[in-house]
Amino acid sequence: MITVKGLKKSFGQLEVLKGIDQHITPGEKVVIIGPSGSGKSTFLRCLNLLERPTEGQILFEGTDITDPKCDINLIRRRMGMVFQQFNLFPHLTVMQNLTLAPIQTGQMSKAEATEKATRLLARVGLLEKASVYPKQLSGGQQQRIAIVRALCMNPDVMLFDEPTSALDPEMVGEVLDVMKQLAAEGMTMVVVTHEMGFAREVGDRVLFMDEGRVLEEGTPKEIFENPQNPRTQDFLRKVL
Amino acid sequence: MTLLTDLAAWFDGVKAEFILNFIDKSRWRMLLTGLGNTLLIAFLACLIGIALGVVVAILRTTWDNAGATMRKGPARFVFSLLNRLCLIYTTIIRGTPMVIQLLIMYYIIFATSDNGVMVATLAFGINSGAYVSEIFRSGIMSIDKGQMEAGRSLGLNYLKTMWFVIAPQVLKNVLPTLANEFITLLKETSVAGYVAVSDLTFAGNRIRGVTYSPFMPLIAVAIIYLILVMFLTRMVGKLERRLRQGDNR
Repeated sequence: MITVKGLKKSFGQLEVLKGIDQHITPGEKVVIIGPSGSGKSTFLRCLNLLERPTEGQILFEGTDITDPKCDINLIRRRMGMVFQQFNLFPHLTVMQNLTLAPIQTGQMSKAEATEKATRLLARVGLLEKASVYPKQLSGGQQQRIAIVRALCMNPDVMLFDEPTSALDPEMVGEVLDVMKQLAAEGMTMVVVTHEMGFAREVGDRVLFMDEGRVLEEGTPKEIFENPQNPRTQDFLRKVL
Repeated sequence: MTLLTDLAAWFDGVKAEFILNFIDKSRWRMLLTGLGNTLLIAFLACLIGIALGVVVAILRTTWDNAGATMRKGPARFVFSLLNRLCLIYTTIIRGTPMVIQLLIMYYIIFATSDNGVMVATLAFGINSGAYVSEIFRSGIMSIDKGQMEAGRSLGLNYLKTMWFVIAPQVLKNVLPTLANEFITLLKETSVAGYVAVSDLTFAGNRIRGVTYSPFMPLIAVAIIYLILVMFLTRMVGKLERRLRQGDNR
C-alpha cells in the first residue's frame, strides 16, 4: 500500500531522516517508537507530504507521490491524519468540522456527509456534541472528533502523530479505545506513539527509530521481549 | 443689570457669527457637500484598502510559508517577483508622507485627470492597503500552523483551506484593529484639500477664508469629525464585545 524508498529529509544543515526503506501492506498496523528527536514524526509527515522529502521515493498504491506531477490533494483524501494537538477548526461546530472536507472536495453532498458524520459520531459516543464548538470539549473528546474528521473522508490509511501525547492521563484510554476499534475493523494504520501498551497490543509490526534511521523492527513480541539492538534495549529499559 | 446686557450682547454676537458662517449664502451647504465627499472618499478608499491589503497579505504569507520549499521554475520566479513587488509597495507607502503621495498621484501620475475625488480615493486606498496588508499578515501569522496542516491533510487545496479554515479565524482576530485603521483613514482624508477636493476640512477652511471668522467653521468641522469618530469607535466596541462572546460559546 505504501512503499518508501531511500527516504531522506533535511531541515537546512540538519539531516533528520537518513535513508528509510519501508513497505506497509494493506490492513497492517505499524507502530513507530523511539526517543524524541529521532525523526518519527517527520517520517510520518513525509508519508502525506506535509514535509516534502529531500531525497527518495514514496509510492502510495502504486503512485509516486513525490513526483511533482502528482496531485497531492487527491492522495491526501485517501490518507487520514490525526495530530498531537487535535487541530480541530475552532470557528466551526463539530458537525461542520466533520463535513467541511467531504463537501468542499466534492466527495459527498451535504446530506451524505452529514449522514456519514452522524453515523461515525454515534460510534465514538459523541453524537450529542454535534452542534457544539471544539473549545467546549475535553481533550479526549476533541481527539476522538479529530479521528472521526479524518475518517469522514473514507481514507485507505490512517496516520497518527502522537495522538495521546497532549492528553491528560485519564483521557488517554478513550482515544486509544477508538483507535483499537479502528484497528479491529481492519484499517491500515501508521502510529507514532509513546504508548507502549498500545504498540504491544495493536501493532503488527513495531519500528524502533533513532537518529533518523529505523534501527530495529519486528513483531511487538520480538521488539519488546527480545530487542537485539543495544539502543532499543536502552530505550525500552527507560520507558517500560 | 450690566451683566445681563453684556450677556445679551455676547449672544447677539454669537448669533451674528453663526448666521454669517453658516446661514448667509447657504454656506452650510458647503459643509454638507464636504462631509459627503469625505465620507465617499473614506468609504471607497476603505474598500480599495481591504482588497489590496488582502491580496498583498496572502502573497507575502504564502511566500514566507512555502517559497523556500517551492520547486524552481517559472511559477517560483513569478511568485518571488510578486513578493518583491509587495515589499516595495509597503515600504514606499509606509515610508513616505500621505500628503506627498497624494500630490504625486494628482500632479504626476494622474496629471491629465481633473477628477480630484477619484484621484484622492485611489491615493488613500493605496495608502491604506499597505497598512491593512500588515494587519492581515500579522493576523494570518497568528493562526497556528496546525490549522493549515489539518486542512491540507484532509485533501483541501491551499486556497480552500485559506478560505474556509484560516480566513474566518483571521477576520475575527483582526476586525478591531482593522476598524481602527479605518477610523484613522477617515481623519487622514482631511488632507484631500491639497489637490482641490472640497472635503469637509476644505469646506470649513473656505468658509473661514470668506468670512474672516475662523472660530465657528473650524470648530464645526472638528465637532463633525469627532462625532463621526465617536460613532465609529462605538461600533467597533460593540463588534469587539460580540466577538469576545463568541470565544466562550
